[in-house]
Amino acid sequence: MKAFKRALWVYHLNTGSCNGCDIEILAVLTPRYDVERFGIMLVGSPRHADVLLVTGPVVKQMVPRVKRIYEQTPDPKLVVVVGSCGIEGGVFYESYSLAGPVDQIIPVDVYVPGCPPRPEAIIEAVVKAWVKLEKAEQGVR
Amino acid sequence: MNVIVIIATFICVVGLSTIFSLLYRGVDRKLVAHMQGRVGPPVVQPFRDVRKLLMKENIIPDGAISWLFTAAPFICLITSALLLFYIPLFGQEALLGGYGDAILVIYLLILPSLALVLAGFASSSPYATVGAQREMVIMMSYELPLAITVVSLAWRIGRVADNPFMFSTIAESPIWSLVGPLGTIGSLILLFALLVVTTGEAGKVPFDIAEAETEIAGGLLVEYSGRNLCLFYLADIIKTFALASLVVALFIPYNLSPLVGIGAPVLAGIVDGLFFLVKAFAVMLISISVIRTAVARFKISQASWVYIIAMTLISLFGLILLSVDLMVS
Ligand code: SF4
Repeated sequence: MKAFKRALWVYHLNTGSCNGCDIEILAVLTPRYDVERFGIMLVGSPRHADVLLVTGPVVKQMVPRVKRIYEQTPDPKLVVVVGSCGIEGGVFYESYSLAGPVDQIIPVDVYVPGCPPRPEAIIEAVVKAWVKLEKAEQGVR
Repeated sequence: MNVIVIIATFICVVGLSTIFSLLYRGVDRKLVAHMQGRVGPPVVQPFRDVRKLLMKENIIPDGAISWLFTAAPFICLITSALLLFYIPLFGQEALLGGYGDAILVIYLLILPSLALVLAGFASSSPYATVGAQREMVIMMSYELPLAITVVSLAWRIGRVADNPFMFSTIAESPIWSLVGPLGTIGSLILLFALLVVTTGEAGKVPFDIAEAETEIAGGLLVEYSGRNLCLFYLADIIKTFALASLVVALFIPYNLSPLVGIGAPVLAGIVDGLFFLVKAFAVMLISISVIRTAVARFKISQASWVYIIAMTLISLFGLILLSVDLMVS
């Protein structure tokens, strides 16, 4: 799936994070890291997205919304979890309001550990994501 | 046989313009990135985006009016492409230049925006509805200064030539060769008003309130994906190119080949074509890239004010200067 190489559009979904990871995602857009040079763009609607960047543990209120947003994203799509929270709960581990880590709600393709992860790590995750897309396509053929 | 040649020419023009407008979008993104101290995407990025969008799934939401939702992108792209037939491109006469003039082009310019509004209302998302309303407001706001600019230009040219609204007449007697010093200032003011109108008409920052990614999540286009989104993307790019060529056709309709004395038709065509690209690029640089970097988004009321009050007054002032110039000389 060559078409996705260097033209990934990313939608940022906050499922109850502390805003730390979200700020790191924004840092990725700044002149210092500048992901636009790889063709990665942050878009405003899940309908335009190829990759969902999910931050934070999924709080109970967010469960139907997360599922809905996942379904709204057109195929082929990938989910990247940013931050320890989304991977196993992080500092909110076993909190009363959590419905569980992201991969119990929707399928996840790439995990980025860290609290919050560094911007470089986030960029690498998105790069890994498109490698995965390409491999998936080759597997299908 | 003749029909085939005509159709081939049409396809050639649309194809060439699409390629160049995509390139311009790439250059624009690169320039803006450099102005912001970033590296920016490569110039071919828009081609990649288009190719990728074509591979994506095309979703029609449940609540949408599906026939209108599907038809709107096509209407938008087709009407944008129609513009290319009536505006002189690449230093040549417009393909259908004999059948339509500047007035027709002003009418045609409304159609892609109308298609966007339809798309917004048809997608049944509150964001898209808000976006559609904003698009309508901004559309009605820039009409007045745009009309004043074009009409004043044609009025002045009409003093010396027949059919002042035809692009060929405008090219034969450019405004700058008719007016004295006062009139030159007046024309410069009109040019400024038209450049600002171009920004709004192309829907770019600071007048991109209808799409406003950061506040209403893509506005009009919020529910669009895949192929339909790609059609809108192309339509937007082509319309921007057409707008730049409109400014070129109205205000800088000069050709390079008579100046440097190239007689051979093919060579002259190539030189004129390249010169046209340079002119169009200059227009886009000012009215899209630089403005986009320099200012932040307006509120809808402010944007409307800029057009209805400020730009109208400014273009009227330009018109007054033009007529004073006529009286003095
Ligand atoms: S991983 Fe850390 S920084 Fe990220 S949302 Fe969780 S607590 Fe905040």
